[in-house]
Amino acid sequence: MQNETLIAGFGGQGVLFAGKVLAHAALELGLEVTWFPSYGPEMRGGTANCTVIFSDEEIGSPQVLNPTSIIVMNQPSLDKYETMVRKDGYLVVDTSMTNREVERKDIHTVCLPATQIAEELGDKRLTNIVLLGALIHASNYFGQAELENALKKSLEGKNTELVAMNIIALQRGFEYNN
Amino acid sequence: MTIHLEDMQVIYQHPESLLNVNTHYCPGCTHGVAHRLVAEVIDEMNLRNDCIGVASVGCSVFAYNYFDFDFIQSPHGRAPAMATGVKRVHPDKVVLTYQGDGDMISIGTAEITHAAARGENITVIFINNANYGMTGGQMAPTTLPGQKTTSSPKGRDVEQAGYPIRASEMLATLDGAGYIARRSLHDPKNIRLAKKAIRTAFETQVRGLGFSMVELLSICPTNWHLNPAASTRWLEENMLPYYPLGDYKVHPALKDLKF
Amino acid sequence: MTRELWKGNEAIAEAAVRAGLQAYFGYPITPQTEALEYLSWRLPELGRAFLQAESELGAINMVYGAACAGARTMTTTSSPGTSLMMEGLSYIAGTEVPMVLVDVVRGGPGLGNIAPAQGDYNQIVHGGGHGDYHPIVLAPASIQETIDTIYGVFDIADKYRTIGIIMVDGSIGQMMEPVTLPPMKEVRKNWPAWAASATEGKRERNVLTSIYLDPKQEEITNLRLMKTWQQIEKNEVRYKEYFMDDAKFAVVGFGSAGRVALSAVRAARAEGIPVGLFRPISLSPFPKEQIFELSQKLQGLFVVEMNSGMMLDDVMLASQGRIPVEFYGRMGGVMPFPDEILREIRLLHANGWKSEGHPRERWLAKLETIIKEEQ
Repeated sequence: MQNETLIAGFGGQGVLFAGKVLAHAALELGLEVTWFPSYGPEMRGGTANCTVIFSDEEIGSPQVLNPTSIIVMNQPSLDKYETMVRKDGYLVVDTSMTNREVERKDIHTVCLPATQIAEELGDKRLTNIVLLGALIHASNYFGQAELENALKKSLEGKNTELVAMNIIALQRGFEYNN
Repeated sequence: MTIHLEDMQVIYQHPESLLNVNTHYCPGCTHGVAHRLVAEVIDEMNLRNDCIGVASVGCSVFAYNYFDFDFIQSPHGRAPAMATGVKRVHPDKVVLTYQGDGDMISIGTAEITHAAARGENITVIFINNANYGMTGGQMAPTTLPGQKTTSSPKGRDVEQAGYPIRASEMLATLDGAGYIARRSLHDPKNIRLAKKAIRTAFETQVRGLGFSMVELLSICPTNWHLNPAASTRWLEENMLPYYPLGDYKVHPALKDLKF
Repeated sequence: MTRELWKGNEAIAEAAVRAGLQAYFGYPITPQTEALEYLSWRLPELGRAFLQAESELGAINMVYGAACAGARTMTTTSSPGTSLMMEGLSYIAGTEVPMVLVDVVRGGPGLGNIAPAQGDYNQIVHGGGHGDYHPIVLAPASIQETIDTIYGVFDIADKYRTIGIIMVDGSIGQMMEPVTLPPMKEVRKNWPAWAASATEGKRERNVLTSIYLDPKQEEITNLRLMKTWQQIEKNEVRYKEYFMDDAKFAVVGFGSAGRVALSAVRAARAEGIPVGLFRPISLSPFPKEQIFELSQKLQGLFVVEMNSGMMLDDVMLASQGRIPVEFYGRMGGVMPFPDEILREIRLLHANGWKSEGHPRERWLAKLETIIKEEQ
């Protein structure tokens, strides 16, 4: 069993952090994990992406051509990555940031106005967590409680209000398709 | 009159910090004088057992064959970096580098500048003889305008080769420097003054007052193609005007030092 | 034992701390800078020496000084910095003092880029510095393996009074994986007998130098270095094998290229292709006896690297022309996807092995097309 999730967006959208939450969730389950960021100058202002792989055996390549799931946080990422999702995989799209429908029919598509949802919660920076919640709900990689724990772990040392806001954002993502 | 040995007082002897061996230095060269002054100061301050020296690349490459304490040998110009590594591991020990002008202020300009800027608590003995001695008398960063060397055969042309560097003045601008002085080894009086400066430099280190360096104007009879007496005159007439002697940086805590 | 998520560069730093690192000198360069940043607070907190040098030249010579002074010492850098450090490495080898260098390799030549690459193989393994010397070079492929390798390499460097180099790439430096950290070793309290640590009046003086003006003395020194190297070749070869028991042919790859190959080999196995993976961990000493043994029982060796086939040359030497060798590489900071290697494995399985010409020529002939197709 190996799952690969690629998260792509602009620098500053919390791409790397969302990946970290996913990595923590897998770690808690005792799985092997790699969290592989795009790094360097492109992290500041340009596009950013990160690949999180979890598996029950030693992980080979930390990046894959066709991940089992992809979260796109902006239009360029949708254009670049839609074709990359593995058949029967998951594509999660922030429709607040994109201006077209997903064309592929051979994958599971989850579309939600994540930025708008986050803004309604009072902080646009929660968008990444809303999207992560939506992916996990659709894919069932983890349970909601497991992801909440991972989120808390990833926010260790941050103030309780921020943690609480993130938990709510996660729930909104989970509930969106219900 | 009978002279009894026990009535005699020792007023001059071979320094303990200097091995009793022949050196490879050319006849008349002042490296020997500089070595002796450093050794005398280390003896007087009783530092020999706590000393770690760093030799450089140049005529003094074999300094470790003459000084009688722990010694390491550095790549060309890197002695201040190596000394930094030693000092950071052994902050309670006394660390010195012994470097020539090509080594310190040409290839090693970055290393010496940053050691001084950091206030690295080491002592640098800097020999300025206005040429690369070991490789046979080429133009050094300290070669005077118009001075003939094997790589400036018509005399240093500042239009083409630029100007000499006054290392003491330059390094004295750095806040990390605790003591910077220029002395000369061309006559007995100046040699005595040089020894005092060397003593002050080691006192700077022992007191933890930062980077210390003594620049010693030296003669190179072989490459200058002058006999030793003529060399000292050449130094006096040509180097002293360009490289004025004096204290360029003195930490306030050193001002009242008496020895 | 608790497993924690650690970023590669920080794990490199902490593993060194736990191995008893006493003095670190470094210079910022992507993609290794987090190691320097981590040690800038971690070592002072423990009362050990940290210093950001003025350059990589400064850093390696500070390490040289600290090594001569008897300390457990290290620097970390990335390819252009490693080039600058070559001077110091040659001197350190010539002086026979132990130290550790971590090279987080990036794309080159020149300023290149900061992406993962393996183009430093030749300058590190075959020695970019002048003179006859061999450093120990270890190339772990995961963060845990990197931690374990660094934790052990200080002892190896001490044992042979030699240079221990850890060669990883930007992907290992930048990614996070769960790891278990080893226990904290106590730092050295007594300086080695050979160190220039000041006599304190208790012993004869120590002199450490790399100059032997008499060629006959220099040759004796070289002979001593080579004899030490023979011991290292005998004792320090490391590698890991996957699916090799019943393999008919094998992929040979180190570091990140090795782990990318692992994904490809797994996928090929799922398709019933009898391929295995041989992953050298010690690049120097190179596992040449093991490669030779493989050349006696396999159909062929398929070398995969993130360079133009630098280890390929060593594999060809080790297999002594007994079996065909094929090569696939990406250069300049491009990391191959497992799919590319799987494609090549399928071709080898279906079409058989070629023995005419050079594997590098065959690879170059198709690389241009591959690059064009990707654009």
